[in-house]
Amino acid sequence: MSQPLEQLLVRLKDWLVLQCPPAAQGLVAALIPAAAIVAVFASLFALTTLLERKGLGRLQNRLGPNRVGPFGVLQPLADGLKMLIKEDIVPRDADRLVHLLAPVAMVVPVLLAYAVLPFGQRLVAVNFDAGILFFFAAGATTELAVFMAGWSSRNKYSLLGAMRAIAQMISYEVPLILSAMTAVMAAGSLSLVDIVGSQAGYHWGWLPRWHAFTPWGFAGLLLFTIAATAESNRTPFDIPEGESEIIAGHLVEYSGFKYALFFLGEYLGMFAVSGLGITLFLGGWHAPVPALEWVPSVAWFFAKLFGFIFLFIWLRGTLPRLRTDQLMNFAWKFMVPMVLVNLMVTAVWHFTRSWHFSGAGLWRWLVGALLLAGPYLWLGRALAGGRRFGPRSYHYAS
Amino acid sequence: MNPPPGLGIVKGLVETARNFVGSFHDPARLTTVQYPDERLPAKENARNFPFLVYDGPDSEKGLRCVACKICEKECPPQCIYIILERDANGKPQKHPRVFDLDISVCMSCQICVEVCPFDAIKMDTDYELSRSDRFGGLLLTKAELAKPNDYYRRIHPTEAQEVDARLEEERARAQAKAKPPAAAAKPAAPAQPAPA
Repeated sequence: MSQPLEQLLVRLKDWLVLQCPPAAQGLVAALIPAAAIVAVFASLFALTTLLERKGLGRLQNRLGPNRVGPFGVLQPLADGLKMLIKEDIVPRDADRLVHLLAPVAMVVPVLLAYAVLPFGQRLVAVNFDAGILFFFAAGATTELAVFMAGWSSRNKYSLLGAMRAIAQMISYEVPLILSAMTAVMAAGSLSLVDIVGSQAGYHWGWLPRWHAFTPWGFAGLLLFTIAATAESNRTPFDIPEGESEIIAGHLVEYSGFKYALFFLGEYLGMFAVSGLGITLFLGGWHAPVPALEWVPSVAWFFAKLFGFIFLFIWLRGTLPRLRTDQLMNFAWKFMVPMVLVNLMVTAVWHFTRSWHFSGAGLWRWLVGALLLAGPYLWLGRALAGGRRFGPRSYHYAS
Repeated sequence: MNPPPGLGIVKGLVETARNFVGSFHDPARLTTVQYPDERLPAKENARNFPFLVYDGPDSEKGLRCVACKICEKECPPQCIYIILERDANGKPQKHPRVFDLDISVCMSCQICVEVCPFDAIKMDTDYELSRSDRFGGLLLTKAELAKPNDYYRRIHPTEAQEVDARLEEERARAQAKAKPPAAAAKPAAPAQPAPA
């Protein structure tokens, strides 16, 4: 692992720190990763708004934005400029201070959560022993921000949206954290760097040891992705914003740059939680095949991140919004039981490590898959309420 | 037996993925017409706001409108305003002095066209009507409303053909009636109201 490219960013940082006077080195060493994270992910936000609009367009057989610059690539610039110069309207009866603080409270904790994500080999801002705990603690603060926004706007739609958001985020926090626990159980550590480290290497020389290639890891990845979609308020779980019902929920009374900050916070949250999913189940910055290990690890992390972003765009272009009762039923009658089953399967996987007869790997796989498939089918059917879905029949019109 | 849960989502994802890939290589999927650069061919049956038809080269003399004010009276939102032309002696001329039509009020119902006995008012298809002044700019005067019969033939070919044929027939009948002065006491049939 002595490729020149691999540790380029880390070396650059070390060199920059050494250029400073010794008294300031500690501060500079802390500031450089922070500045890098803010710059990189804010530009990724700009890029994603464009990708999302172009991608959604293509998913719906449209062209998407194509007027600003060649193929519309300058659209984020135009959007940003528009947001910056728009009038900032605050309702007369609003709680001005809270109204102002809410967008800030949305963005700052999300940025904090990036501190513990390992973006590449040795490329992590802070390696906490309880990194995943810090991530969830910081990430959960956005719920407060949403409620601050909804309450301070003094608008019924805002408050309704905020209530919905709180109900949804708290419900889905449970499956999100419990599905992440499986990876913690497997790695035996709460540190995200250690969790990535536990996924190094290859089975039989070609299949990466990512958790996603185990039955519990695969189920965990799916459950985590679903919960992450709900947690980041994206379609099909965007009922807090439901444009057709409550206009934009907690965003109704926001305009201009505060509105942009909310969107920045939402997208940053989506990237952060995708990054966590990659770290927990998809091997973090590890290369998928041994032959491609010369590619810098950061590139792999961001390649996987773009995969996640595209998945979210794809889901948004496909699925309609859920109703609140469907959302709650899905969370408590399907996600939570499945996550608990998944925890059990992880334990089974852990205790069958000692199997050493021939074909033991296959047997472990089968047992895990069966233990998950049974509850999945049963819970899925139960969620449908025994109703049969088929072509609609008519009394008279046939 | 229901299909396994979650299958519908996968099917939907496949469908949108097919859209995504298809929109890049299959032009039939991308139906977008990039409007200011490209235009769809004009539709013959389209209509939005009325205009006045004139025959011949002069938009003032050739106006078919005789200022009978039937359309003004029938117009449901009352967006038409007509003043009859009178000569120096106060004798009414068969001509409008003022014919204003407020297209900010007009609801494109086509009733004026249906009631006009002279085929003088027809529906236009021009849709690029944005104006910098939302009051005066949208109040069309006689000069703005008057358009030649050729224009009518171009935008509504089939309908214009019928109207031309009917007007020709009426003119021939009027000439035939005028030639033999005392052929019969039978009065000529009044001109049929144009059913548009």
